[in-house]
Amino acid sequence: MSQKINNDNYDAIVVGAGHNGLTNATYLARSGLKVLLLEKNPWIGGAAVSREIEKGWTYSNCSYVCSLLRPEIFRDLELARHGLQVVPYGGGVTITSKGDILGSYADHELKRREIARHNAHDGDAYDRYSTEVMRQCKFIRPLLLRTPPDPTSLRPRDIREMIFLSKEFKKLGEQVIYDTIRFYSMSIADYLAEFFDSDLIKASLSGSGIIGTALGPYSPGTAYVLLHHYMGDVDGSIGSWGFARGGMGAVSKALASAFKSFGGETVTNADVKQVLVSGNRVTGVACANGNEYRAKIVVSNLDPKRTFTKLFDPKDLKPEFVKRAQNFKIRGSSGKLNIALDGLPEFPALGKDNPLRFGDMHFLESLAQVERAYDDWKNGTWSKEPYLDLLIPSMTDPTMTPAGKHWMSVFVQYVPPTIHGKPWTDEDRNAWKNTVLDQIARYSPNFKSLIRHVEVRTPDIIENEVGLTEGNIFQGDLSLDQMLFNRPFPGYAQYRGPTKGFYMCGSGTHPGGGVMAAPGANAAREILHDLRRPNLVPEGWRDD
Amino acid sequence: MTEANVIVIGAGHNGLACAAYLAKAGKRVTVLEAGSQVGGAAVTREFAPGFKVSACAHLSYLLDARIASELDLARHGLASARENLKTVALQRADEHLVLNGGTLEAGRVSDADRGALAEHHAKMSKYARVLGKQHNRIPPRLLGGGRSDFIGAALLGWDIRRLGRDDMREFMRIAGINIFDVVEESFESPALKAALAFDAVLGTNLSPRSNNSMLTLLHRLSGIASGTTGGVSLPAGGMGAVSDAFAKAATAAGATIRLSTPVKNIALNGDRVAGVVLANGETLSADVVVSNADPKRTLFELLGARHLETGFVHRVRHFRTKGMAAKLHLALDSLPEFSRLPAALAGERLVVAPDLVYLEHAFDAAKYGENSPHPALEISIPTVHDRTLAPPGKHVLSAVVQYAPYEEAASTDAARAQLLENTLNVLEAYAPGIRGKVVASQLFLPADLEREFRLTGGHWHHGELALDQFLMLRPVPGAAQYAMPVTGLYLCGAGAHPGGGVMGCAGKNAAQAVIKAGRA
Repeated sequence: MSQKINNDNYDAIVVGAGHNGLTNATYLARSGLKVLLLEKNPWIGGAAVSREIEKGWTYSNCSYVCSLLRPEIFRDLELARHGLQVVPYGGGVTITSKGDILGSYADHELKRREIARHNAHDGDAYDRYSTEVMRQCKFIRPLLLRTPPDPTSLRPRDIREMIFLSKEFKKLGEQVIYDTIRFYSMSIADYLAEFFDSDLIKASLSGSGIIGTALGPYSPGTAYVLLHHYMGDVDGSIGSWGFARGGMGAVSKALASAFKSFGGETVTNADVKQVLVSGNRVTGVACANGNEYRAKIVVSNLDPKRTFTKLFDPKDLKPEFVKRAQNFKIRGSSGKLNIALDGLPEFPALGKDNPLRFGDMHFLESLAQVERAYDDWKNGTWSKEPYLDLLIPSMTDPTMTPAGKHWMSVFVQYVPPTIHGKPWTDEDRNAWKNTVLDQIARYSPNFKSLIRHVEVRTPDIIENEVGLTEGNIFQGDLSLDQMLFNRPFPGYAQYRGPTKGFYMCGSGTHPGGGVMAAPGANAAREILHDLRRPNLVPEGWRDD
Repeated sequence: MTEANVIVIGAGHNGLACAAYLAKAGKRVTVLEAGSQVGGAAVTREFAPGFKVSACAHLSYLLDARIASELDLARHGLASARENLKTVALQRADEHLVLNGGTLEAGRVSDADRGALAEHHAKMSKYARVLGKQHNRIPPRLLGGGRSDFIGAALLGWDIRRLGRDDMREFMRIAGINIFDVVEESFESPALKAALAFDAVLGTNLSPRSNNSMLTLLHRLSGIASGTTGGVSLPAGGMGAVSDAFAKAATAAGATIRLSTPVKNIALNGDRVAGVVLANGETLSADVVVSNADPKRTLFELLGARHLETGFVHRVRHFRTKGMAAKLHLALDSLPEFSRLPAALAGERLVVAPDLVYLEHAFDAAKYGENSPHPALEISIPTVHDRTLAPPGKHVLSAVVQYAPYEEAASTDAARAQLLENTLNVLEAYAPGIRGKVVASQLFLPADLEREFRLTGGHWHHGELALDQFLMLRPVPGAAQYAMPVTGLYLCGAGAHPGGGVMGCAGKNAAQAVIKAGRA
């Protein structure tokens, strides 16, 4: 195929049409820049996609529920007008092997009573717990749509931001400052132990601390991961989760519609192979099919490891920088099964009319069970008793399946990217699939008989399809060495890469993973700042 | 009735240091020790006829040089039998690694790893210095404090900034994470990685992959900043000699030490201390009571939770104090022969930590409340350098055994016997024939350490050293500047800043806090 150099005057090229790339591209286009968005797959969305894998069934085959999407961006880009509708689902449930349940109701009082049913002391503790977690949520929410400061810098912008953050801290009061420091360093098991006695209650709450991580509930550094599950909202109800109507692809489609409305151009089946650099400036990109595109600004939505180890010629980067990128921790620990069902599975522990069936389901007894699941991963294989986050979105969203039929989303922790260091084989995948299906079947006797299709997604499959290294759902571990002014690397935490004109806009930058759109927006703010164009990106709202 | 201005409960080395400084400042100080020896967890005991051992802490590497000098510990009898111990990471089949600071003196390791080791050591020392600089400072309150708190916080910030931009960034990147990630980034050799990682988890409830392990590593190395000389050393006469020197310094300064004098409770007059009541019923009045006991014992057993605000009690109750290390003492009728180890190295610091997976698995067992079937060990045979600890030709082996959790099921006689068996198996694998040399053995599980040394949870450091239990959060926010919420009551042990290790800093800082409060 002859090399085609596109000499259109693009002002910016965004590589990867994940939701952050779409957000970033949209803000740049809205500013009046001529923006080209390149996507390797035939479809857009990255890990926020809706795919028809089995005819007639639509799966949110990667991310599956919505909460973290920044309301500031939802409103500012008028995503509702562009077709996005998020319907909250009310709660979830943990089912034990003895057939008891621990309901997690959206209503505080109901939830409290349910917890007290299991353990009276814990019911009282729940009030305290939810107040403290909410306080942490409210503290962090306005900080998501801000560029982290560089604490080693004496630039006025960084000093102003440090002062701003100090003031925010000061507002917490002395005791809460200490509580916050503790919250950010403790394990979720220790954190929960400061409130609750019941192992079942702790186990059910601990899931939020380990989803997507390479850590177990006893590992220090899991408590604050909770925030990724509580700091979102649906229509202002903090902590709520919902289904995007039409699946998570609806988020990306709405963003794509907004992008198009500002004159943005998207090209799919465009697999960017290299960022072109000349004299320490980016000049454009080259695709696998030989096409090249030119622009003075290139933004990568890919994860930092992939970006700097695959998209750059090593000679265009300093060796220390390449080493950093290679050492960037982006460990795969999650897998997914998406299942087409001929009908609704029955969960005898719940009964036919229990509203908790509409929410997330887990099958757990104890913290030790979750920790042992982590141990299996540490030892190089999948969890024999995995932690599942299971939902049947079609119960709420009728648009995803034929009438009377359903699809089940099963998110699984922990699933390693290789088995004892070797690539997954088909036997492995089958065995893993059965481990998960067997667990569900123990709680739903008619489940297996309803299965008509199973999409098996191990970390390597996710990596190949989405481009997410090791299928890590956060685009990089959320540990203290890779957060805020360390994300993705110290000195490169303000969305700018080491090469002039190059930026990063994915979840591998602050504030990290989840379908938030914040990284994409924050990166756009920096790009517009560097271009001396007016800022269009909203600042984080306050809740109180 | 006897009158004393200050009563110090517990003649651990920190209590003795505190007493010495207070006495030097003119206070009338009485130290009350429940046991028959001074020293707390830094003691030398005869555990078998003729065989003495450092019964808990067994290597000195954090003794604050300034304190040692100010209290003239050398004049009071402190000397080293051997300084700058090397670390020998024993291997089953391969050449043993011999580490001397940042240099590898023996071991099959690539040139890249040798370079990485030098770099790693230099980097860790530099960052450990930042921690070390905080040792002699009272932790600053982050808000609501006075001028000295503001200055303290500024100094801490300045200490970090002075590292220079690149080091400051690196420090802030790694200080809160785990040793596994750090060694995986820089090293290839599994044996070297594990040898380095073990330092970061000794005495903790952590595995190499646990965040907080970098903090414990930096703490362990922080003696560098306090001018600790002699690297890792063996005090002549065992760790008890350190405590004895502190005791002599205290009495030389005018303090009185009463042994075999257990305290039953702290007496109050309204909301301030009035003194103590001894187990024998005697009452001693005091203006100030300083406790060398751990925070829980001090506040719950000696004082009583009913005198404290509920929220504070809750915090102290959740101060993590479960020990995870056991201590093995062997009386041997001859020197053990470690395979392929030159006899000249038998007296160094020997570790059994063959690779990171071994350490991780040892930890995994303890997570679920069981003693490790294949424990990791830090071994010292002090008699190689110190002949006062055993009869001629005979030897003592002291080992830290990890991991042994503070859980009921792991503390039964059967569990202890099994751990002893498992540990001897490990030792036999590296030093064939050692079983046959054992004349007597003693294994302290955390439950035993709790009983023997009055350490809640059997944790040598009075409580876990972790980011959330460190500096102005140690033991709990609101009680991290040595003064407790009851007027006149202070904490001076490892449960306060800077934490555990035989340092003397907590004792000195508590004395400063008392003196400052007296002036206010």
